[in-house]
Amino acid sequence: MELTLWTYEGPPHVGAMRIASSMEDVHYVLHAPQGDTYADLLFTMIERRGKRPPVTYTTFQARDLGGDTAELVKSHIREAVDRFEPKTLLVGESCTAELIQDQPGSLAAGMGLNVPVVSLELPAYSKKENWGAAETFYQLVRGLLTNQTSTKEQKEHLPNRWKEANRRPKVNLLGPSLLGFRCRDDVIEVKKLLSDFGIEINVVAPLGASSDDLRKLPEADVNVCLYPEIADSTCQWLERNYGMPFSKKVPIGVGATKEFLEELHELLEMTPPDKNQISRKSRLTWYSESVDSNYLTGKRVFIFGDGTHVLAASKIANEELGFEVVGLGTYSREMARPVRAAAKELGLEALITNDYLAVEAAMEEVVPELVLGTQMERHSAKRLGIPCAVISTPMHVQDVPARYSPQMGWEGANVIFDDWVHPLMMGLEEHLIGMFRHDFEFVDGHQSHLGHLGGHQEKPKDDPQSIPSESSSSEESPTWTPEGKEELAKIPFFVRGKVRRNTEKYARQAGCRKIDGETLYDAKAHFKA
Amino acid sequence: MSGATLLKESGPREVFCGLTSIVWLHRRMPDAFFLVVGSRTCAHLIQSAAGVMIFAEPRFGTAILEEKDLAGLADAHEELDRVVHDLLARRPEIRTLFLVGSCPSEVIKLDLARVAERLNSKLNGTVRIVNYSGSGIETTFTQGEDGALKALVPLMPTSQDEQLLLVGTLANAVEDRLVKLFNRLGITKVSSFPPRQSTNLPSVGPGTRVLLVQPYLSETARLLKDRGAEILCAPFPLGVEGSMLWMQTATSSFGIKDSTVQEILNPLILRARQALTPYKEKLTGKRLFLLPESQLEIPLARFLNRECGMQIVEIGTPYLNKEMMSKELELLPENTVVVEGQHVEKQLDRVREKHPDLVVCGMGLANPLEAEGISTKWSIELVFSPIHGIDQSSDLAELFSRPLHRHELLNRKQLANA
Repeated sequence: MELTLWTYEGPPHVGAMRIASSMEDVHYVLHAPQGDTYADLLFTMIERRGKRPPVTYTTFQARDLGGDTAELVKSHIREAVDRFEPKTLLVGESCTAELIQDQPGSLAAGMGLNVPVVSLELPAYSKKENWGAAETFYQLVRGLLTNQTSTKEQKEHLPNRWKEANRRPKVNLLGPSLLGFRCRDDVIEVKKLLSDFGIEINVVAPLGASSDDLRKLPEADVNVCLYPEIADSTCQWLERNYGMPFSKKVPIGVGATKEFLEELHELLEMTPPDKNQISRKSRLTWYSESVDSNYLTGKRVFIFGDGTHVLAASKIANEELGFEVVGLGTYSREMARPVRAAAKELGLEALITNDYLAVEAAMEEVVPELVLGTQMERHSAKRLGIPCAVISTPMHVQDVPARYSPQMGWEGANVIFDDWVHPLMMGLEEHLIGMFRHDFEFVDGHQSHLGHLGGHQEKPKDDPQSIPSESSSSEESPTWTPEGKEELAKIPFFVRGKVRRNTEKYARQAGCRKIDGETLYDAKAHFKA
Repeated sequence: MSGATLLKESGPREVFCGLTSIVWLHRRMPDAFFLVVGSRTCAHLIQSAAGVMIFAEPRFGTAILEEKDLAGLADAHEELDRVVHDLLARRPEIRTLFLVGSCPSEVIKLDLARVAERLNSKLNGTVRIVNYSGSGIETTFTQGEDGALKALVPLMPTSQDEQLLLVGTLANAVEDRLVKLFNRLGITKVSSFPPRQSTNLPSVGPGTRVLLVQPYLSETARLLKDRGAEILCAPFPLGVEGSMLWMQTATSSFGIKDSTVQEILNPLILRARQALTPYKEKLTGKRLFLLPESQLEIPLARFLNRECGMQIVEIGTPYLNKEMMSKELELLPENTVVVEGQHVEKQLDRVREKHPDLVVCGMGLANPLEAEGISTKWSIELVFSPIHGIDQSSDLAELFSRPLHRHELLNRKQLANA
């Protein structure tokens, strides 16, 4: 049993709903009680869709449990097929139905429906949303392809066959889905990017795909795995069974976009892209080089989110913006291995957790200057008075902007530069407001965008005045003299906490009982050395 | 009894489960914590419905059952003890802990009453543990509040005093206003249940008259009756008329003279009716369809019909307690269609066919209907907003006229652009 106040991921059947809702002609019959219908609002409110998710819930009640719930499942399946006439029917169950073991998948299979049925088994008590989405996508692709052609001939798949066929190379874009971070715009951007190199798109799936589109997947030369959380298992299966290779680089950031293009050219046996074609295509490069960006140097960033986006973010932060990554972690257990490796390379230990309070504690510990996280980290960072940019799901209505704002490709890198640097600028502004707030030009109650911390109605956590005075503190810990507190107050608020902790640590090590201004400078020199 | 035509329908439903009422209950009693014993779905439901992220540490959470808990029951009990212990250690300010049953905990027959009993004897009164079920196989949406209150009834002290007890969660400001009005009318002792502090439970006994604020508290009412209270039967305090009849039911039960009541309420009624006028103009003749969700559907329809001139196309309600709704049903116009239960697809077919001007529905259905050109109002907003009482009537009407007003504004612009 796990105590959860808030969770990054929903249950696995919500992942299945993401796949069903992303596609055009799929319907999902979900054996579930009425309360589970809340999940519709994720699509209609958060993603702002003007369409209901194609889901029929059996909404069984306690009084049905004594009777024949299997018959109830069958009648809902029959009605859903008649009413919605889907081209593929997904059948599955949520956590409660899993316990009563009606096996809706086999019930559906035995009904002689004239529509392909894909049965989903998504263990609700051990797996989560992204896993459920990946499994559903995989089962759908497998289900629709397996009873098609013999896989033998398909194994002869040659990624360079486009040359012989005298046509352009074509690829599938796999992984974009509803409730995925900026998927809508990433697809447009990647399509644009590939068309610059004469690479055509065979199928985009699951977002916007039909059942027939999935049957056409093997017609592409290579698969592009855009979001490994969703598409990795499908790409691997297509490689095993159809010999289709797939790209592993995710084109988020300038460097990663280049590497992605090079990888794809190699897989397709195309002439490697000309250097001019892939250099300085994004403004991020020049913006980062420009003198204005000097102040970005060595900014300490803390990164937490899903696997795909934190891996990309740490590379961009480190290699393209000159930041220092001081914390890296993910809630995607399926992606724990690569995230651990990336952290290790940066001399860090990755934080793999589903507990947002542990993430907040880690953030507080390293006192970063910028947090790149989910909407939850944005809230934690706000409490700590640290600027934050959102880089990953779970989805919030703010993550579905009206404007075009991809994360992938050249334009994606532009968007990222703006999205990350903007809150840092605001943070700097915050600092200036703090510094000048005693000047006469500043009227009382001036509020910055951080509201509660910007003005001076409330004291921030590390307000020197709130440090216990000499008399009240315990024997072991060193105490601050009034002069020490005064010096500490001069330090910008966003590093004050760290300076305070370092100084106290130094004082303890040095056996110093009282901290005055000099101790502060001693500590500063000590930790610089 | 009334002119309403009562129908029943069954099929796929589209309603929240009782867990959702935690969203307002935890705000009412800040010293209480609601621990759902359930699955990741339960946790995800509450956070999706509540927009939890604004809280540093919300006063509700979920003990998520995992595979190993399902293997053997003894194990699950021990695990729950551990989770409760950890939670109380971290949140020493908690005075009452609600263990809330869910669909999975009901299906595996996890006996939360026994767990509560054991924990209570262990904790020795420092924290009170109570339990109820908010599971979707037994309860819809607002019924969760009925369960939570029902769990508190046995803990209420006994008193013989003559008093008025208002039952059901109210916004604090509205509660103050109503209590003050009852005082002015001559009822001196007025208490509210649930209270603002979970440990500060009102008393109950033979002198207690219960006036229900919300229409979904039938089980709580039954237990209060068992404790000796008299349950007053009235329309619910939505709109000028409903609120007035609701207050009059109390005053006549306390033997307060009609002339006194009129003298005090008439100016308020006059003022409120005046405030209603602009909304009435907007709403008159407009056709209303209410999908089932909050149980407020019948009183709302009554208000919008009788005081705002709307025509009722259909009233959906998750379940119908005829006794509790009797005064409301009497006030509905002849042949009003009231549908108990739901077949969401057939109901939406009827919405499309009849094309009403306004549909009251849940959040899952609102945007899809808007996309089809049908204005909507979320029913969840009604359980968060201060809408009860005479003074609140125009605010309540405004909630319904806003979507229509907006629709007009946007379409006028479109015409100008064309």
